[in-house]
Amino acid sequence: MKDAFGLPQSLLVLGGTSQIALATARRLIARRTRTVWLAGRPSPALESAAAALRTLGADVHTVPFDALDPGSHESVLGKVFAEGDVDTVLLAFGVLGDQANDERDPAAAVRVAQTNYTGAVSSGLVAARALQAQGHGSLVVLSSVAGERARRSNFIYGSSKAGLDAFAQGLGDALHGTGVHVMVVRPGFVRTKMTAGLPEAPLATTPEAVATAVELGLRRRSETVWVPGVLRVVMSALRHAPRGLFRRLPEQVRRPDRPVDAARVVSAK
Amino acid sequence: MPAETTTEPVPVTGWGRTAPSAARVIRPRNYAEAVAAVRDCGPRGGIPRGLGRAYGDAAQNAGGSVIDLTGLDRIHVIDADDGSVLCDAGVSLHRLMEVLLPLGWFVPVTPGTRYVTVGGAIGADIHGKNHHVSGSFARHVLSFELLTADGTIRTVGQGTDLFDATTGGMGLTGVVLTARIRLQPVGTSLMSVDTERAADLDDLMARLTAGDHRYRYSVAWIDLLARGAATGRAVLTRGEHAPLDALPARARRAPLAFRPSRLPAAPAFLPSGLLTRTTVGLFNELWYRRAPRARTGELQSLAAFFHPLDGVPHWNRVYGRDGFVQYQFVVGYGQEDTLRRIVGRISARRCPSFLAVLKRFGDADPGWLSFPRPGWTLALDIPAGLPGLGAFLDELDEEVAGAGGRVYLAKDSRLRPDLLTAMYPRLDDFRALRAELDPRGVFVSDLARRLNFQESR
Repeated sequence: MKDAFGLPQSLLVLGGTSQIALATARRLIARRTRTVWLAGRPSPALESAAAALRTLGADVHTVPFDALDPGSHESVLGKVFAEGDVDTVLLAFGVLGDQANDERDPAAAVRVAQTNYTGAVSSGLVAARALQAQGHGSLVVLSSVAGERARRSNFIYGSSKAGLDAFAQGLGDALHGTGVHVMVVRPGFVRTKMTAGLPEAPLATTPEAVATAVELGLRRRSETVWVPGVLRVVMSALRHAPRGLFRRLPEQVRRPDRPVDAARVVSAK
Repeated sequence: MPAETTTEPVPVTGWGRTAPSAARVIRPRNYAEAVAAVRDCGPRGGIPRGLGRAYGDAAQNAGGSVIDLTGLDRIHVIDADDGSVLCDAGVSLHRLMEVLLPLGWFVPVTPGTRYVTVGGAIGADIHGKNHHVSGSFARHVLSFELLTADGTIRTVGQGTDLFDATTGGMGLTGVVLTARIRLQPVGTSLMSVDTERAADLDDLMARLTAGDHRYRYSVAWIDLLARGAATGRAVLTRGEHAPLDALPARARRAPLAFRPSRLPAAPAFLPSGLLTRTTVGLFNELWYRRAPRARTGELQSLAAFFHPLDGVPHWNRVYGRDGFVQYQFVVGYGQEDTLRRIVGRISARRCPSFLAVLKRFGDADPGWLSFPRPGWTLALDIPAGLPGLGAFLDELDEEVAGAGGRVYLAKDSRLRPDLLTAMYPRLDDFRALRAELDPRGVFVSDLARRLNFQESR
């Protein structure tokens, strides 16, 4: 069960090798979490992630899970929920894709969409139903500021996150009053292996900062969490920028993780 | 006719309004419906609930049933000569006072609110300001009828295992349907109250130790925001039921009248963060200054002396949507240093708590999970949104457990499960009895899940 501060005793991570998810798991284990299920494609990375969490004193299980195989989600998640209550489900899987390549290779683009959106719709709904049946729990969905306004440089990834984000918001509304809490987390540029090699942005953040924000959001039962928090304002400005203007902005300004530049241009309009 | 039942699960929380979970709420109107409610409570079980004054998750049951006993509220027999009452578990202490006071009887033990049910009073084995004299509620319960998981109704008397498991058992042994309670005779419905101020914690403890035996009721309000030399400064209020000859002529015409006043309820939506160090500090300063240095024999109404907060319905809303946690612990006599250290830590941390109460417990009653034991008990309310509060209270738990003390389950919403056995050494007996009495785990609550009541590890 959650305690008065929203801290879970059991955690299911979908996307068990995600650095953000593992940072969150470490943080929650330092509080109340004693049981963790790491779901992901079987790999040495998944096993070593589990081993690392075990050293922190948690009871950690790995679960084979493939976002691209929605048909299996029901049975995979069903097995986890059959073992006991899951206080928090962290939906953390996702791929960035390679925009330039994916524009030329529609099949590759579809795979990004299927992983980030279709896989989340399927596993999110399965998790939501199980949480609703147990009458409590949080579903934490890792979205991205990239879904807030599509931009030229990564609109395939961005559109998949936009779909995921809208889905999670709607799911939160559907579950309102059922005892289940859905929280959408929108980080900016996070320094992880996913973004390695990409030019870093001024408001870049870390997995640990996202984990801190998730813990705070759980306590407050927040519905939307931005990391860092100032992105809420920055993205609001960018979202309302006219298309023509938005298109003419230099790429580093259109990047949502360049808020300082963005603010300057928008106010100069 | 079926019991009044919500068809869809609805969110349920305790009085502290933290950690809501959804449950089907069944409100039986007679014993047959109560039996049916236990039989039909579903795979995630059920838990009895009264007026929802437990601060944490004791009367929540996520995904299962919550059996609301407030529909069973008949007072069956009052023996006005002998001083006992037989009533349903859903009867509130407020209702009992309304009915019994004109007859010259009072409830034997009342907590800081009248809006608790008899069933809840037994389940939490509540205590009041008279614990050092009268013990906890269970001491005055002659017997009760318990509806157990197999659907049978058993009469349970004092001195049996089932009695001692149920008093303080947080509703996890079954549903109390009726209870026979021994009452306290009173001559009037007024209290004769002595008030004094204590300059710091040591002064307070000395005054409580020296004087408590002279009073039936005793309590101290502590200013936990006061620091330095004033750490632990307090206002003591101690009293007795006023005898008839202490009343002025006008009041003697209706000496047993019970007329509690009620202010408008707190608004439904208040922002979090009204109770800050500044606002609470101001309140505490005023409260301390306004109390007389020493005053004896002041006449107060029962409601003003026992239940000042009941005058403001829904006062729990002033904590906003974050809600609040109540922290109450007891440490035995001889552990005064632990108490001093904890008070010092709370003061140093500047927790904005305006409801902090210290009192001395007397002899413990035999309830296996009953909270009181001889020693010092401190209770405080803290806004749940205070940063770092969870970790801080965990540290206090360690001190309390290390000193052989315990925290009060009726108020808990955040204890670390592994400390439970240290605090309640008879937990394993409780688990064993439950395994036998309720092998399928029909009775279960969020509190029981959170604190691993099922498992013995």
